[in-house]
Amino acid sequence: MLKLEHISKTFNAGTVNEKRALCDLSLHLRPGDYVTVIGSNGAGKSTMLNAVAGVWPVDAGRILLDGEDVTGKSEHRRAGNIGRVFQDPMMGTAADMWVEENLDLALLRGEKRGLRWAVTKSDRAFFREQLATLGLGLEDRMTTKVGMLSGGQRQALTLLMASMKKPKLLLLDEHTAALDPATAKKVLEITDRIVEENRLTTLMITHNMKDAIRHGNRLIMMNQGKIILDIEGEEKKNLTKQMLMEMFQKVAGSTIDTDEALLTRNS
Amino acid sequence: MSAASYFSSLSLLKLAKSVPGGVAQGLIWGLMALGVYITFRILDAADLTVDGSFTLGGAVAVMMILGGCPAWLAVLCAVLAGMLAGFVTGVLHVKLGIPIILAGILTQFSLYSINLRIMGMAANKALSVDKYELLLSSRAIPSAILTSFAIAFVLVSVFYWYFGTERGCAIRCTGNNPALARALGINIGLMKIIALSLSNGLVALSGALMSQFQGFADINMGRGAIVIGLAAVIIGEAVGRGLLGKRLNFYGRMSFAVLGGVMYYLVVVVVLWLRLNSNDLKLITAIIVALFLAAPYLREKRKVSFRRGGKEGAASC
Repeated sequence: MLKLEHISKTFNAGTVNEKRALCDLSLHLRPGDYVTVIGSNGAGKSTMLNAVAGVWPVDAGRILLDGEDVTGKSEHRRAGNIGRVFQDPMMGTAADMWVEENLDLALLRGEKRGLRWAVTKSDRAFFREQLATLGLGLEDRMTTKVGMLSGGQRQALTLLMASMKKPKLLLLDEHTAALDPATAKKVLEITDRIVEENRLTTLMITHNMKDAIRHGNRLIMMNQGKIILDIEGEEKKNLTKQMLMEMFQKVAGSTIDTDEALLTRNS
Repeated sequence: MSAASYFSSLSLLKLAKSVPGGVAQGLIWGLMALGVYITFRILDAADLTVDGSFTLGGAVAVMMILGGCPAWLAVLCAVLAGMLAGFVTGVLHVKLGIPIILAGILTQFSLYSINLRIMGMAANKALSVDKYELLLSSRAIPSAILTSFAIAFVLVSVFYWYFGTERGCAIRCTGNNPALARALGINIGLMKIIALSLSNGLVALSGALMSQFQGFADINMGRGAIVIGLAAVIIGEAVGRGLLGKRLNFYGRMSFAVLGGVMYYLVVVVVLWLRLNSNDLKLITAIIVALFLAAPYLREKRKVSFRRGGKEGAASC
């Protein structure tokens, strides 16, 4: 479904701040893969997701989405096939617009937006039904400005917005990191349900190793702009945090001392 | 002059007589305020093109009417010219990466020369209502009020519909959260250009009507228009919120932007009636706008202030 072929990206090339963020990175996701991504700060996790979303062009390599080469396409032209949820709950919704207007914006993701009235009666019924599945009571607050909702409610709404049109790819960039543990758990449950029900191909970054192990069918670990571990199936099911730490040590060598603290944060 | 003789010289009848003219002018400026509302509130950007596009509207309308064109067609052309000005600002900003304030200033600056050329290098062009059929005129104030009110009513309704459509929602999302808009596949550059064009079309319409109302176009008629537009938007907003509170919906917001223009002009009428120096009007306007813009910030600061930190009394938990 998604193929990254030898992707490289360097920021601030030629200056003292030069940062090689992605280094000859390749990754192949099969349809329905639900991949958790872990790695220390600066490993390139978010950079990889941004490269896929097309926030900026990559320096080298190719990005194929469902067989189509999207390397040269800008962000808004890729958006039709990619749903995204960001770390900051403020990022994924338009605060001054109503809940139903936000959902309608998402319903038209990647489509031509014409002069039809945006939220129709049948849209409203559909949104109500979709919101009810979140179990947060949002179906009764469709004409509330999203800015009035809590962080958890906004993130759940963003998830719905990102997945409603069944995108070919769902990108979750630490979407529970800004939430309290109980809310984060709830949002992750909703995530699992949405991904499984729609069989969405998903990349989910997390800072929490337990979450990375518990969710999804595949786990990748990144370090210095590369994928250093790729575990799936039975092997992933039997994974423990301890094993993961040891694997990291073996592959990444001595950096474990400094990265351990970061990797185990929140867990 | 003693205070007593000053007050006794103020005639309420005189004030009452100048109110209708103020209302008519206010409604015309209200249309420009609606244009400012689109950029300032919906797109969340300050567009300074308006000073130029207001005059542009006036210049195009007057010259075309003088050339024998029917008034409605002249106004339509003025609107298109204003949209073109907004389009240029949009392209400077979106395609050439110039900050939006600077882009607006550049267009406005260049419009001074363009407007002069349109007016045949004259700083002022008179348009007599006796010789030409105009849409409105200060000679017939009641019908001028009716005409401008009807136009304002129709346009507020049209824009209420427009911003409820899929395209309109995309523009609102662009103003509210551009990063989200991109992630949803919205071409935010295009949305900005569309909004700037629509806004400046409205401003030019206002200029075209004003030049007919006052019977001339002047190269300086748009000077400070942005401040008056902002004043109208902000005053209207404050009054609308005061009167309707949470019931103030989107239709109400746009209506009150227009009504803000009327309220502004009523203040002007009172100032002139009090025989304050009309040259001080711009100073007074600027102070009013500054106060209204500062109010929300100061209110917030009063609630969360270090000076009062720890002195709020017993904990309320």
